[in-house]
Amino acid sequence: MSLYYVILQQLINGLILGSFYSLVALGYSMVYGIIKLLNFAHGDLYMVGAFVGFGTLGLLGGILGVGWLGIAAALLISMLAVGLLGMLVHRAAYQPLLNRRAPRMSLMITAVGVSFTLFNTVMVMTNGEYETVNTSLGYSGISLGPVNVTYTQIVMVVATALLMLALHWFIKRTMYGKAMRAIALDPDACRLMGINVTKTIGLTFFVGSSLAAAAGVMAGVYYGSIQFFMGFIIGLKAFTAAVIGGIGSIPGAMLGGLILGLLETAGTQLPFIGSAWKDVFTFGILILLLVFKPTGILGKSEIERM
Amino acid sequence: MSEIALVLNNLEAYYGKIHALKGISLEVPQGKIVTLLGSNGAGKSTTLKTISGLVPAASGTVEFYGRNITKEKAHNIVALGLIHVPEGRRIFKDLTVRENLELGGFTLKDEKLRRKRVEHVFELFPRLRERQKQSGGTLSGGEQQMLAIGRAMMTEPKVLLLDEPSMGLAPLIVQEIMRIIQQLNSEGTTVLLVEQNAKVALKLAAYGYVLETGQIVMNGDSSRLRQDERIVKAYLGG
Repeated sequence: MSLYYVILQQLINGLILGSFYSLVALGYSMVYGIIKLLNFAHGDLYMVGAFVGFGTLGLLGGILGVGWLGIAAALLISMLAVGLLGMLVHRAAYQPLLNRRAPRMSLMITAVGVSFTLFNTVMVMTNGEYETVNTSLGYSGISLGPVNVTYTQIVMVVATALLMLALHWFIKRTMYGKAMRAIALDPDACRLMGINVTKTIGLTFFVGSSLAAAAGVMAGVYYGSIQFFMGFIIGLKAFTAAVIGGIGSIPGAMLGGLILGLLETAGTQLPFIGSAWKDVFTFGILILLLVFKPTGILGKSEIERM
Repeated sequence: MSEIALVLNNLEAYYGKIHALKGISLEVPQGKIVTLLGSNGAGKSTTLKTISGLVPAASGTVEFYGRNITKEKAHNIVALGLIHVPEGRRIFKDLTVRENLELGGFTLKDEKLRRKRVEHVFELFPRLRERQKQSGGTLSGGEQQMLAIGRAMMTEPKVLLLDEPSMGLAPLIVQEIMRIIQQLNSEGTTVLLVEQNAKVALKLAAYGYVLETGQIVMNGDSSRLRQDERIVKAYLGG
């Protein structure tokens, strides 16, 4: 009975954690797919998203309340604001390098620079302190046998699934989505078709950044506290998730995030060795996985990188 | 005297550090097929890339129906009605045949019109209809060339720049592609055709230019070029 309880409870925890990883991994993978850049600032956009959501909740909380309505508004505003911030970063920092056909390494170092700029700005603005995200979401929920699943958990998993479905539709069905996939394959051929490549890359940054912001807002609400450095670790983990899934692949990023989240929570329950070993367990498995499938689960050596 | 669709005036361009075009001047009259001949590295592809905006012009001008488009961005030139089908076809191998065509019509604002044009391309190339759900990379060389031309026809361009459409294709397929180019031309599309296969190109074109190391060294009616001793020796295997 208690083992069943633990497994089910951890499955839910893993699913939530994995949802956050997946949402962040998507942006990593999309940007890599389209311009082959490892955007190390991506985790910081998640962090900024959490703070924008927190700020919005503070401002609008008086009117909309700090329940679902207020949180939904904070989520949308944060997605929009951080999406625009992602576009600004692309325009100001990355596109000039792309125009000059700069070496890939310069782009990567620029990304590290953007990351430091973002999290240090937030650090100064918040004095490096933790902020508590107050909401009126309780712990009520439904019972699955001995396990309680809160409505908050259900809503978050459903919201993540909806965002992913929307993304899938956008990439597969709209002209801009098709253009993104085409640019990943051959940007010059796209120019010859009248596609504004720079603008489409900007749009990719918008979409990827706003997904990270959504994860940031949800994580803030779920865990109840946020801090300027929260993007660093999740950035690395989401990058890991994207690589496990096969970087450049969108379904791969979704899958990689979920696998990473589930492995991590499973790692906290290992018998005999204790939860302190969870990262050793998780990343040990990942190293093994990549030894046997270096391109990631859904990656091919020459795949459509979107 | 018919209208001139495309005029290059003393066009110069660099490809990397190479001075690839050293002052090219040529004219493509509306409704005609004009061919640009020359050996490997003569600057044929660079000429097309400079016209379509992929390579910046160092000096000189490109005029499209009297409008100076020398500094125009590649993606804006498409909307004016000038389409470049690049060397090696450059279809999107992991996208479906249909998606490739849809992207050819990216600048069309109307989804219905885009669907209609896809249908029109399928009428032109029935084989593409059969393969519309396959990814572009699974097509044969000839089918890929048809897809590349079909993709270009999505916007119903006034002028088509074709770079080596016969490259790597079997003689029978080359004939089919040339027949299609002729058909498009007879329906009103002006064509600037770059070819290494001079025999085929001179049969199709009304007028030809010969390019050597970035300069026009000869030009004239195709019938005259076909009989020119130097052309026969250098390009027609005589």
